[in-house]
Amino acid sequence: MSNARKLADNLPTEGSLSERNLVINGDMTIAQRSTSVSSQTGSGYKTVDRIYTNASGATYNQSQQTVTVGCETGLPLQFTKYLRHDVTTGDNWSQIYHKIEDVASVPEGTVTLSFYAKGTTPDSGLTVYCFQNFGSGGSGEVGISVSQTSTLTSTWQRFTVPITIPSITGKTIGTGSHFYFGIGQGGSTSTNAWTLDITGLMLEVGSQSTPFEHEPYSVTLAKCQRYFQHHQGRYYTIFLNGTKDSGSAYLSGSLSQVMRDKPSFSTANCYLYGIPSGVVSYTAAENRCNTSYATIGFTSVTGSIDAGEGVRFESNNNNGYVRYDAEL
Amino acid sequence: MNIKSVKYVAVDGKNVGVTATIDGEEWSVPMGAEGNRHWQAIQAWVAEGNTIAEAD
Repeated sequence: MSNARKLADNLPTEGSLSERNLVINGDMTIAQRSTSVSSQTGSGYKTVDRIYTNASGATYNQSQQTVTVGCETGLPLQFTKYLRHDVTTGDNWSQIYHKIEDVASVPEGTVTLSFYAKGTTPDSGLTVYCFQNFGSGGSGEVGISVSQTSTLTSTWQRFTVPITIPSITGKTIGTGSHFYFGIGQGGSTSTNAWTLDITGLMLEVGSQSTPFEHEPYSVTLAKCQRYFQHHQGRYYTIFLNGTKDSGSAYLSGSLSQVMRDKPSFSTANCYLYGIPSGVVSYTAAENRCNTSYATIGFTSVTGSIDAGEGVRFESNNNNGYVRYDAEL
Repeated sequence: MNIKSVKYVAVDGKNVGVTATIDGEEWSVPMGAEGNRHWQAIQAWVAEGNTIAEAD
């Protein structure tokens, strides 16, 4: 077969020719929160960006793994990272989720989920299921049955799962609507352990599974930062600047990307520094962020500082950070 | 989410946000951000009968 024929056969016949992948960070390269957690029993975003874990009674370890070049049989060489979801005690519906903003972005008809995976199979098979979530104030959630289950082996395989998306005609779409799919243990209540190594996660419109769409790291990071931003400090990094008024200090700084919604704010190993005298104390951090700009009010600022003097919020000498969270 | 210790933050006597311990981390959460998952979870936590503590 000629190369031109092979190329033609791989072009998608439905959907778009670029930006086909509705999944963000499908190659598991971005892990802003952490690269490894262990003995987890709670749900949430743990390691790799945009991957939510539904614990559902299970205990698990999770990590971002680096591909050993040339030693990953069955995995194309372009992949550098994968997610390892290591369930030590299983339970029904313990899965990893990917949530896609705006339920209407996954249209009626056939879509195709594909991914590379290896590991050990959950009891009754690796299961995929999907939901249309119409958000706060919207219609009730709609489940989408996916009949196919898969068996993992010790070498990488590419799995392809066709999914039929129902119409949303007549539904009310509220705030924070999204489509999400889960991959992992199905309805079995087995406590058996299982491990899922996964990368190349792709959801595309149409019945054809096309090659994984790689993109520059900076592009994927920017997409992830719509939902979560981790600003890492190093040597006394300054995150926010402002001025003390009569009692409080309102500090601000730009966000790296416009976020999906007003973000929650958290921080560790940082302090408030009054210029020029030194560290000052405060009683609470008031969140006045919007989607594009961070403003944090530090209330009851006291210490060697007068009204009108500058204040900055900064890392300690190594590992302070500020986080903004607008995840689904 | 595992939610603990939710308290209003007030400025000039008006509640403008909350601080909360969520899954073991401290968060400052804006009020009224309907799509914010932390705010939604706190609303669900209140609906279960829990109460947000008054600001200091």
